[in-house]
Amino acid sequence: MGQFEGRAVACFRGGRMVFQDLSFALAPGGAALVLGPNGSGKSSLLRLLAGLLKPAAGNLIYDGRPVAADPDLHHGRIAYLGHLNAIKAVLSVRENVATWLPGGAAASTAADAALERFGLLPLAAQPARLLSAGQRRRLALARLTARGGKIWLLDEPSVGLDRESQRSLEAVVARHRAAGGLVFLASHTAIELPDAIELNLSDHRPDRLPELIW
Amino acid sequence: MSAFLGLILRDLRLALRQRADAVLTVLFFALTAMLFPFAVGPETNLLQRLAPGVVWVTALLAVLLSLERLFLADLEDGSLDLLALGTLPLELVVLAKIVAHWLTTGLPLIFATPVIALLYGLPADDIVRLIAAMCLGTPSLSLIGAIGASLTLGARRGGVLIPLLVLPLYVPTLIFGVAASEAVTAEIAVRPQLLFLGAIFLVMLLVAPLAGAAALRQALE
Repeated sequence: MGQFEGRAVACFRGGRMVFQDLSFALAPGGAALVLGPNGSGKSSLLRLLAGLLKPAAGNLIYDGRPVAADPDLHHGRIAYLGHLNAIKAVLSVRENVATWLPGGAAASTAADAALERFGLLPLAAQPARLLSAGQRRRLALARLTARGGKIWLLDEPSVGLDRESQRSLEAVVARHRAAGGLVFLASHTAIELPDAIELNLSDHRPDRLPELIW
Repeated sequence: MSAFLGLILRDLRLALRQRADAVLTVLFFALTAMLFPFAVGPETNLLQRLAPGVVWVTALLAVLLSLERLFLADLEDGSLDLLALGTLPLELVVLAKIVAHWLTTGLPLIFATPVIALLYGLPADDIVRLIAAMCLGTPSLSLIGAIGASLTLGARRGGVLIPLLVLPLYVPTLIFGVAASEAVTAEIAVRPQLLFLGAIFLVMLLVAPLAGAAALRQALE
């Protein structure tokens, strides 16, 4: 496990600078809470950390090596949960997890273990289209824990979750960190994340362009 | 390799659960091809002459119908993000999805072809030749189509854009496919036509995954 660092990272999307000059360093077991109002670039930051977006400036460094040098290697470290749950309505709850795991029968066992953690095991054989919004989120979280990865990127993971599920989420995040994993979490609801550093994107707003300077 | 096969199996399983999509493509193919005899009249010579062209053009249109969902479904529900972050390089993801697309679209069309050919009164020899050409040509249709499908992902009304983009690229496959199918009646050699179909397939086998993956990376940004 290595340290994950960002050095003066900037993100440019849709013809404007979203944030700039963002630096951070997370040691193994570390967590970062990504804060900022709507539209301040929290999701963009997480996609950028995943390697789905390229930084407009600055560097991401993992374990002393730039991430851009080997994007595929970096992708292998990432467990990403976006706004969308990536659930196929026609597959069963279990299949929705198992299709993302390697190995035939072993995948099914691993999927069940992950579903158990989020209380979805009783629904495992049901088609996913019957799930409620909160259950879908839990299913996406179960898949994330089953797939694993050193760096967890969670974009509003608690949307639609009941209190018990939120505690399960906090528990799996704590266990992941105890094993030396990293977590980046963007959320508007209070999620317990002890000793997390805060990345407040409103502090990294780009300077307004001097439009009327002439 | 197992991740590659796993992705093909996943897509096949999804297609199996949503059988209507594949069935509709084949029905469209069969029904459109059946319209021509009604339009041009039941003259056997004319129908035999028309058959290869009709089969190829309708097969091509049927494939077009199925292209829009190829990557769009995965983009819309977020699966594409996970596929891009998976262990499989994006080029192989594209290739796996193309293989699954051919198995659920091209292959059923090939199975439906003898039925159409019989309706047009094609002799057995010609049917065999037509099917051989289809086996070599339809994979290219899926490969070329995937480029169009991936390029139009970000666009509004991408489904309308795909035919405009893809149809011109289908022309070589169409020309050599029809030529290979009717070589005997037109008194030209079959072998060169089949070789050209094979060449188009090999080139596209290389180009489509590269182009498709590049387009997907753009769409994910």
